[in-house]
Amino acid sequence: MTTDDTVAPSGMTADHHALVPPATDRFDHIVRSEWTKFWSVRSTMWTFIALVVVTVGISALFCLGVAVSWEDIPEADRAQIEPVAQSLSGIFFGQPAIIVLGALVISAEYSTGGIRTTLTAVPHRLHLLAAKALVLTVVAFVAGIVTMFPAFWIGQLVLATADAGLEVSLGDEGVLRAVIGGALYVTACGLLGFAMGALLRHTAGAITAAIGIVFILPIAGNFLPGDWGDDVNKVLNAGAAIMQARQIEGTLGPWEGYAIFSLWWIVLLVVAAVLIRRRDA
Amino acid sequence: MIEARGLTKRYGDTLAVDDLTFTVPPGVVTGFLGPNGAGKSTTMRMILGLDRPTKGTALVNGQLYGQLKGPLHYVGALLDAKDVHKGRTARAHLLALAQSNGIPRRRVDEVLELTGMASVAKKRIKGFSLGMSQRLGIAATLLGDPGVVMFDEPVNGLDPDGILWIRNFMRALAAEGRTVFVSSHLMSEMAQTADHLIVIGKGRLLADLPTKQLIEQSETNHVRVRSPQGDQLGTLLRDKGLKAEQVEGYLEVHGGTCEQVGDLAAEHRLTIHELFEERASLEAAFMEMTRDSVVYHADSFEATTEGEQP
Repeated sequence: MTTDDTVAPSGMTADHHALVPPATDRFDHIVRSEWTKFWSVRSTMWTFIALVVVTVGISALFCLGVAVSWEDIPEADRAQIEPVAQSLSGIFFGQPAIIVLGALVISAEYSTGGIRTTLTAVPHRLHLLAAKALVLTVVAFVAGIVTMFPAFWIGQLVLATADAGLEVSLGDEGVLRAVIGGALYVTACGLLGFAMGALLRHTAGAITAAIGIVFILPIAGNFLPGDWGDDVNKVLNAGAAIMQARQIEGTLGPWEGYAIFSLWWIVLLVVAAVLIRRRDA
Repeated sequence: MIEARGLTKRYGDTLAVDDLTFTVPPGVVTGFLGPNGAGKSTTMRMILGLDRPTKGTALVNGQLYGQLKGPLHYVGALLDAKDVHKGRTARAHLLALAQSNGIPRRRVDEVLELTGMASVAKKRIKGFSLGMSQRLGIAATLLGDPGVVMFDEPVNGLDPDGILWIRNFMRALAAEGRTVFVSSHLMSEMAQTADHLIVIGKGRLLADLPTKQLIEQSETNHVRVRSPQGDQLGTLLRDKGLKAEQVEGYLEVHGGTCEQVGDLAAEHRLTIHELFEERASLEAAFMEMTRDSVVYHADSFEATTEGEQP
């Protein structure tokens, strides 16, 4: 027995032909990795289920409320009811799910300590942030489509029970844009949660802050007095504008509203991107 | 090869790492030794580009870590086995790491096999014991078959089997010509694993020398003798060319054995009340070296040189 026997072979040396380091930073590698990470935790599927069930269910309830009480709604208030927005309105209560998902994509890295493992594999932090944002954008948009179309169809079926010609179809003006706009809204909510997560690096804090923006501020806006209050209210409720087939009085136009709503996550993400390069992991 | 050049990290008023310069060469196990809080982990995080140095640089294979393309091909690092998302399965965790560096899927199965984790590959990390998490962390370091590996306190919390496994493993990696950099706060552990030691305390470099040299330096044994005729015995010993001096009521004799001292005393009919060999342990040498730089002092338990270490 030689002394070498006490040293077990590491068995580590791999088939070197297969292990060739990439010559440049490969963004597609990072995206593929983030895709795997995204789908390999259970919270992803649960938040999707919550998003769809809550949004579709509550939208149907809100439509039912309108349908059964239509006769009793005063003429003036009827103008405030837009059938597409009504059939998507459950998103107001479903949106926390996508915010949670967006926040977790990055905040879970910090809460678990996984960020240090991740950053040793992907030291280019902006690429990491971009890859995560890309995966989230694609998935959130698809989830939004999967949520919003059923919500629309079911909502219209329920509205039709009022027998007052309330219901609309996808072919009507602005309707398709509004339903797809719902998916865009879901996407922006996910990115808002993500940007908050990247900025605060803390799951609960990020979710609370993002929900404050999409849930508390729009409600608070309704109580603001005077003309300036109406203007601020429009901005605070900007996100909902894209989900209306026709512009309801006192709201912004669809794309104008969406642009303003998107500013939230864009600005926050830019700040987070600046900070992630400077901060110690 | 890892090179630190004037590496410094300041947190507020505290200098966590203070102007560290050292080189970790390939082919040997280099121990990174220091008491808890000495700055070992901070140094390792700076090498990996996780923490930004206040001053100085750390280079891996002559490059900043952030400049490496597909860094897992060059460096495998295990800082804390708990730094993973515990909701993922072992396999998904490794697969995501592999994909980010363009490492083929089949290599994931290979490293799971190598670390004895194949049977739990589909289990979520949540349920893993510390030893299993440690193996998973090591599997991750192996993914890219890197030339440089770094482990932060790898044997912490492991059972004797696990410790032996890691120790042999690190020696094997070094024998294959890789750069192996491993931190510990346990001198005894490092003495058995490392060929070379970099010792730090309070963020400062205290020693950078071969382990063998440190052992030789610290294990200079001496003999202690207590005698009512100590002065006389001292003179006799010095006449024989030995070094003898009064310490704490004893005569401390360097360069001689118990037999020599006893025989000499008998020859001159001197009374001896006590005679023993005192060995300074490696651990004691380490504590001596880092005495002024220990952050968490255990003053009341401060062990110094103990007599008759088995």
